[in-house]
Amino acid sequence: MSAGNRGGAIGAVSHSGGDADSPPATSAVAPRRVARKATRRGPLAGVLMIAPALAAYGFFVLVPFIQGVQYSFYDWNGVGASTWVGVDNYLRVFTDREMLSAIRNAFVLVIFFTVIPVGTGLVLATLIRNIRAGVFSTVSQTILFLPQIIPLAAAGIAWSWMYAQTGTVNQILSAVGLGGITRPWLADYGTALPAVGLIGSWVLTGLCTVLLLTGISKIDASLYEAVRLDGAGWFREFITITIPGLRQQIAVLITITVIAALSSFDIIYTSTQGGPGRATLVPGLSIFRIGFTQSDVGLASAFGIVLMALVLIVVIPIQRLSKESS
Amino acid sequence: MIGNRTEAVVGRIVLIVVLLVTVLPLVSMLSAALQPADRNPTGLVWPSDPQWQNFVTAFEAGHVWQLMRSSLVIVLIVVPASLLIATMAGYALGNLRIRGSRFLLLLFVAGLTIPFESLIIPIYYHMKSLGLLNTPWAVGLTLIGLFMPFSVAWMRAHFVGVPTELSEAARVDGATVWQEFRRIQIPLAGPALAALAILLFLWTWNQFILPVALIQDPLDRTVAGALTFFQGQYYASIPLLNAGALIIITPAIVVFLIFQRQFIKALLQGAVKG
Repeated sequence: MSAGNRGGAIGAVSHSGGDADSPPATSAVAPRRVARKATRRGPLAGVLMIAPALAAYGFFVLVPFIQGVQYSFYDWNGVGASTWVGVDNYLRVFTDREMLSAIRNAFVLVIFFTVIPVGTGLVLATLIRNIRAGVFSTVSQTILFLPQIIPLAAAGIAWSWMYAQTGTVNQILSAVGLGGITRPWLADYGTALPAVGLIGSWVLTGLCTVLLLTGISKIDASLYEAVRLDGAGWFREFITITIPGLRQQIAVLITITVIAALSSFDIIYTSTQGGPGRATLVPGLSIFRIGFTQSDVGLASAFGIVLMALVLIVVIPIQRLSKESS
Repeated sequence: MIGNRTEAVVGRIVLIVVLLVTVLPLVSMLSAALQPADRNPTGLVWPSDPQWQNFVTAFEAGHVWQLMRSSLVIVLIVVPASLLIATMAGYALGNLRIRGSRFLLLLFVAGLTIPFESLIIPIYYHMKSLGLLNTPWAVGLTLIGLFMPFSVAWMRAHFVGVPTELSEAARVDGATVWQEFRRIQIPLAGPALAALAILLFLWTWNQFILPVALIQDPLDRTVAGALTFFQGQYYASIPLLNAGALIIITPAIVVFLIFQRQFIKALLQGAVKG
């Protein structure tokens, strides 16, 4: 009964909120009746409607998650007996050089997956601000979205050819007189990670640009005129109007691209396989190898949980920031 | 004013550079694909004697029909079921007052940031214990679960935006929750459902790590997962590898060009809501 009352109260509150336009008399009576009705027949139907989603999510995601947590405390090769090892696997993740360099590489990739695409998008959006609807804008949107449509694995293949010794990148460099620095970019210890990172920039810049362009076109143009009349330079204009106006889009893009960077896998798998050496090794690939090739299920599971935690640690503050400032 | 115009011109130039860089790798793939299959290709050139038969060779040797069929099977497992299940849950969480719905929503939202790699090992053993390894169900069912947080959040966001007057009117008329859901809410949810269908199709079609981990025979994977098979088969021939990869990415691009407006809208909204 008490539960029913609470449900009714919440229902009435939110319904009357939605009824702001209707005459006060009816909105005072009707919602209450509706709310009571809803509580009477709502619960069973609601539970039945949520059940399949919860079952799918629970059985195919939450169960593996719990199993992963469990595996992470054991030493297990996937077939034989398992031994309880406590937090040993976690200690190994944070002391093993290979896994640490995978984590480090993932954070380096953030520069290429997040900073470059969002930066380019912001520059373009500020410069163009209002793109008139027309053939040019439609064609640009289509092209900018192409990298979102093709599988990341294919992007890896396309770019490994671009970066090859006889590939297009070196061809262009030679053409502009930089023949001296040509090399097989993905095979060079010093350049492999940035080169792989730029594939990520290529994939994500279009999405960032289109989203920021859409966002900036919704900022009131009179705001820009006002600061210009005040004699503000482009920098102040950028800081006082553009950035606050695009705050939500920027937060969203940072979230998406940081997750893409920390959990990159497809591009690396088809372009460098983590090499040369472990120059481009990332957590996803490391988990895959430890788990499937080396059959160290406990360690791979622990690394998986650590990766999940890393993503949350980075993403939650971004979400907080965007909510607080808005 | 003059400042504005210079900015606009510079902006266009930068945009054109970005556009060129965006198409460059695809053009470069085409250039490689058209060069003689038995030699190492050189850079970006329009070959004097374009080897169009490379595409035929890659198509046949790559069993592309079989790949497309396998992909389609997985898409058909994932998309309709996800749409149905997520729509019901999104409606219940958005419009019905259920005890614990706030907790349930949080539980789903928590799943939004999970990197698939984090769970790939336990998912493998989960599927193994269910006897589903090497079947499309292993990838399909897991993807339904993994996409569920997004799908539910997406549909809930839609239903929350529907004016409450509609459901009130239906309830006053004595409609049951199911009747209201089927006759009023579903028809109105068309655009949201279409956008979600597009996103789920794309994410399934392009899904890589799950098929690679859960299905041994590359020909039974998604087309994206099968790219590794091409790499293995054509490691000696960059032209054939590129021809194969181009064939693989073409269907998604064609579908994209046809439903372009819907795709872009869906991807933009998907970014904001996700």
